[in-house]
Amino acid sequence: MWLTRPLRERSTQLFLGVLFAALIVVTALHLLMPQDSALYVSSYTVTLLGKYLCYALLAVAVDLVWGYLGILSLGHGAFFALGGYAMGMYLMRQIGDRGVYGDPLLPDFMVFLNWQELPWYWLGFDMAWFAFIMVLLAPGLLALVFGFLAFRSRVTGVYLSIITQALTFALMLAFFRNEMGFGGNNGLTDFKDLLGFDLRTDATRLGLFLATGIALAIGYVVCRGIVTSKLGRVSVACRDAEARTRFLGYRVERVQLFVFVVSAMLAGVAGALYVPQVGIINPSEFSPLFSIEVVVWVALGGRATLYGAVIGAILVNYGKTVFTGIMPDAWLFALGGLFVLVTVFLPKGIAGLLFTRKKTKDEPTTPAQEATA
Amino acid sequence: MGIYRLLSHLLLACCLLWPGLALAQVEDTEAQQLLTALADSSFSEKKTVINRIAGSGDDRARYWLESFGANKLGRIEDSGQFIIVLSNRGRNWTVEDALTKENLGEISRRDIDTIRVNNALRNELEGILSVIDLKSPNEDQRLSAARALKGSVSGTLAERLPTLIDEEQSADVQAALTEALAIYQVEEQGDITAVATLSGSLNSEARAALQQAMRSDDPALAAAATKAMESIEQKLKLNRAAETLYFGLSLGSVLVLAAIGLAITFGVMGVINMAHGELIMLGAYTTWGMQQLLPGQPGLALMLSIPAGFLVSALAGIAIERTVIQHLKGRPLETLLATFGVSLILQQLVRTVISPLNRTVITPDWMSGSVMINEALSLTLNRLYVIGFALVVFAGLMLIMRKTRLGLDVRAVTQNRAMARSMGIKATKVDILTFGLGSGVAGLAGVALSQITNVGPNLGQSYIIDSFMVVVFGGVGNLWGTLLAGLSLGTINQLLEPWAGAVLAKILVLVLIILFIQKRPRGLFPQKGRAAEG
Repeated sequence: MWLTRPLRERSTQLFLGVLFAALIVVTALHLLMPQDSALYVSSYTVTLLGKYLCYALLAVAVDLVWGYLGILSLGHGAFFALGGYAMGMYLMRQIGDRGVYGDPLLPDFMVFLNWQELPWYWLGFDMAWFAFIMVLLAPGLLALVFGFLAFRSRVTGVYLSIITQALTFALMLAFFRNEMGFGGNNGLTDFKDLLGFDLRTDATRLGLFLATGIALAIGYVVCRGIVTSKLGRVSVACRDAEARTRFLGYRVERVQLFVFVVSAMLAGVAGALYVPQVGIINPSEFSPLFSIEVVVWVALGGRATLYGAVIGAILVNYGKTVFTGIMPDAWLFALGGLFVLVTVFLPKGIAGLLFTRKKTKDEPTTPAQEATA
Repeated sequence: MGIYRLLSHLLLACCLLWPGLALAQVEDTEAQQLLTALADSSFSEKKTVINRIAGSGDDRARYWLESFGANKLGRIEDSGQFIIVLSNRGRNWTVEDALTKENLGEISRRDIDTIRVNNALRNELEGILSVIDLKSPNEDQRLSAARALKGSVSGTLAERLPTLIDEEQSADVQAALTEALAIYQVEEQGDITAVATLSGSLNSEARAALQQAMRSDDPALAAAATKAMESIEQKLKLNRAAETLYFGLSLGSVLVLAAIGLAITFGVMGVINMAHGELIMLGAYTTWGMQQLLPGQPGLALMLSIPAGFLVSALAGIAIERTVIQHLKGRPLETLLATFGVSLILQQLVRTVISPLNRTVITPDWMSGSVMINEALSLTLNRLYVIGFALVVFAGLMLIMRKTRLGLDVRAVTQNRAMARSMGIKATKVDILTFGLGSGVAGLAGVALSQITNVGPNLGQSYIIDSFMVVVFGGVGNLWGTLLAGLSLGTINQLLEPWAGAVLAKILVLVLIILFIQKRPRGLFPQKGRAAEG
């Protein structure tokens, strides 16, 4: 079975071991340590770590398409945000009549805009199962349509990167409009509870953190399963020599489409777990800057390794938290510098730095092929 | 408009130097008599005096009558000297001599008798003043006076207009006067022959007159007016279309300017430079800096910014090429990321060093204002200049790429680097020069953009996606494609805007491009032959 094969791999076992150990340690320190102890992990930190794990899952999704398919998506933020909006719509409907205006059906911003009834695309989001399906379906469908059109006409390489960026930019502009019915500029916020659990309690926060950790583990195993399967081999072949793979008789565009859609769904799940922890979703998640930042996490960690993406996401975001705390002006300098330094001096990322000898077969081989795009 | 100002200064200088050239002035004694008559007569008599003054041919007459109408013509009680009040604030009024225009300083208001005027006289004055203007030897003055008359012709003036029209030499003024008369005739007399004159006029007063005529009881008049109105509506529609086209071309030329540098670095060299927007921003900031260095001379500063902006951005571009891009040759996706990092650094640099707020760049006089094509269509000058500038920059680049040694080398190196090198072309040098050229053009775009948008740290970011879209849409490596793509995208955007709103229009254009790229992955004008092999 393709899904159980990664579990027998040493690298996956190691990754899962570290991840679960971290989850257990954080939970233990949060629950068992007294509040004044230096080792106590506050619920703020738990949520922050949960946020990092969401980013890590998003980075894994990006690494799947960039590292193993050679498609540099500058629009994965769009899938992340769509998943987030699907979750946000469910959370909005859960507020019910506890909103500022107390309308049992309409969210506050719709009452504010004088809307009389719920738009059709908000229907069904009061049911959790429907919302959770939409978390996968909304980004998945967008990726399917977009990918179908793009891969069928063999748009790859830089062209694809730029139109994915245009895609997320167009969505950002669209979601900023109040008429879209997604809260415009302010987005969706002021959530109360998820599946009946109050979002403000420490227990729910810890639960979300653990859920994110498990989602990351599952996402990692799924990706690992895909890349070690036959399909994964073909996908790597597409990355390194698309034309040759096509001439060998493989339907390149189908492979690309499949991997792209899976990756988009993973990004959607990451977004859905992100929203209840951060408490807000707004159009800024669609901004091209965010999507391209995700790519640099992957680049820093090392592409085509999956665990590198996780390391990169956590490191950069930890750095961001620290920097914006002490000297906010310097963050963009640091991020910009990171982009330059990683690409020029660390083409294989941290993972490449640590495991150069062992992991050579998974590294991208000849960059020259990308130029053919 | 500078040229007119210059001319009028010249004219003034001539008048001062050579009194014989100055226009006729009646003897001061006669002027004194006329003004005394005006001051001492009753309201009913004043009307004839006004006409006498107007008929005297004195070039000061207009000034006197205008001041009289504005209650500013007066007489000093003791001396009988006629004065014009310049400022009537407070107890002491600033005055000047009505005959010599010599400034007399402040005089207590009790010593001044202003010559009284009433509304009937003011109406009369208005007509007389316009007649004076219409007899002015300066054609521009006559034309603007004639235009101002539309919709405000009085009964007495209407009687005199036909003779004025006959005497008029300039066809433009004649047409304007005829129209003004026709508006009066339609509005006040319901004259059906005048309706024909108004058909096709774009003046809003003419439309108002016709609309009134359409409601008239006389069915023949109403029908004629309706017909005339239809032809006007058609003409207006055409003009609106022309205006949309102009806005589209203007937006398009901005896109072309922003993208044309990218067409060199991305299209020809194949380097993805995400910091291109920031190079545009540097050009805009150079303009701002130049204006800070040369306060009070925005025009000169703008002119100097053109070479300065080019140089600053070109040097910045070369620095980026040397430090980052050359290490990433053949790895376009990595280049994209690294240059994106550079763009973040440049943005933050401007925020930290200059300010996170927008800076104001002054538009010189000769670039502000607008050109009136007709009464329904006027084009703003700054956008007209930007369109012209974009075309000049495009032509210049085209020349460089097609006719110079550098252009030849660039094409050789991009088509086959190894072969070009073995023919003795220094590929590295060509890289540097090409990248500098593309970046410098981005700087030029910044100089132009500083005249029509805000100059701030985010200036570049807002153009980068559009610029890439334009280059990709036009076909990578094709300058003509970039020009056509930029202009057509701008026009499509403007066409969609009234129908869909600004934001939705932009989204629709983006979606259109995305769909277009699916259909033609290599743009409007794909490269053929050797150049197409990557």
